[in-house]
Amino acid sequence: MFHWIQQLADWLIYAVFGLTPETHLAKALNFFVYDTLKILILLFLMVFLMGVINAYFPVERLKNYLTQNKLFGLEYMFASFFGAITPFCSCSSVPLFIGFVQGGIPLSVTLAFLITSPLVNEVAVAMFLGMFGLKTTLIYVTSGILLGTIGGWILGKFHLEPLLTDWVKKLVAQNQQHIPYQEEKTSFKQRLPNITRGAWQIVKSVMVYVILGIAIGAAMHGYVPENFFEHHLGGAQWWTVPLAVLLAVPMYANAAGIVPVIQVFVAKGIPLGTAIAFMMATVGLSIPEATLLKKVMSTKLIAIYFGTVTLFIIVSGFLFNVLL
Amino acid sequence: MTHIKVLGPGCAKCKTTYNNVLEALKQTNREAQVEKIEDIEEMMKYNVMTTPVLIIDDEIKVKGRVPLSSEIVDILKN
Repeated sequence: MFHWIQQLADWLIYAVFGLTPETHLAKALNFFVYDTLKILILLFLMVFLMGVINAYFPVERLKNYLTQNKLFGLEYMFASFFGAITPFCSCSSVPLFIGFVQGGIPLSVTLAFLITSPLVNEVAVAMFLGMFGLKTTLIYVTSGILLGTIGGWILGKFHLEPLLTDWVKKLVAQNQQHIPYQEEKTSFKQRLPNITRGAWQIVKSVMVYVILGIAIGAAMHGYVPENFFEHHLGGAQWWTVPLAVLLAVPMYANAAGIVPVIQVFVAKGIPLGTAIAFMMATVGLSIPEATLLKKVMSTKLIAIYFGTVTLFIIVSGFLFNVLL
Repeated sequence: MTHIKVLGPGCAKCKTTYNNVLEALKQTNREAQVEKIEDIEEMMKYNVMTTPVLIIDDEIKVKGRVPLSSEIVDILKN
């Protein structure tokens, strides 16, 4: 599918710039051109696809579905799955959270949604597809959904409702109002410009990180020797997973730029499970989101929520290192 | 007098929406009372789950995305 981009990159680097193939510089530049084009195209397609899904399956509809149907335990998986396909920006997490619990969706099911949603987002998926291919992306997406499902289910065992902030408890105690969802009466054709523009806005906002990430990745590709990290970091040592998770937390804003760099880490000897754990921690454990959630959750609940997610990310990192 | 409210906790999208409202008002030469609501408790009174939200005269016009100033101009004209 992306063969033509490789040809374009080869032509640009070897014919137009006249660089000799096999030199470090030519290799790094070729990698940079190819990957930047490929990722930006994938990114746009992915964000666009999510926009289309979201136009037909907005969160209001999901909320009503979850409140009206008895799902016998499957609701965790549903919430988590919809968390994966519903794009929303982190500043919507609080209104969304309140909308869910106010609508009568159990707190634990809401948390299942909240765990998966940032983990499996369109930018992360597009970056994974571009840098690691389909198989690894599927592993990443599936484990993100499982993480939300199991995490929400386990958090449900702790009966955390008393740890919500007072005004949210009051909202929940009030009649659990049901607001019928009114679909926007616009045709697909009318929505298309908005979806396209929305997709372009998102791509534009992460573009600089993507390019920076690929540039760093490209430089490392050309200059860091094979098996470098295996030699120097000891490869699959147990502490690399928790360390990766710890290092990932402050990286939040640059999630898009991080995948190209971890791809090089994997190519040069870091185990894939460690890399996946790093990626999940980058997008799933963010300080900005924690601060926002402070409005609706007590510090204790935030600590329990993030603690559980951290633990699960570390466990899945170990698991993948053993399995892959 | 038109009352315009922009709901959003203060992320980049919400700020862009607010600026687009101001831009649309300038283009249409209209006077309006523009309010930016950042407080979550206040925001929840409008029953919205995704931000930013554009409310004109107590009617939700756009939610969950950034409207262009030209789109706001169209809404204002109708």
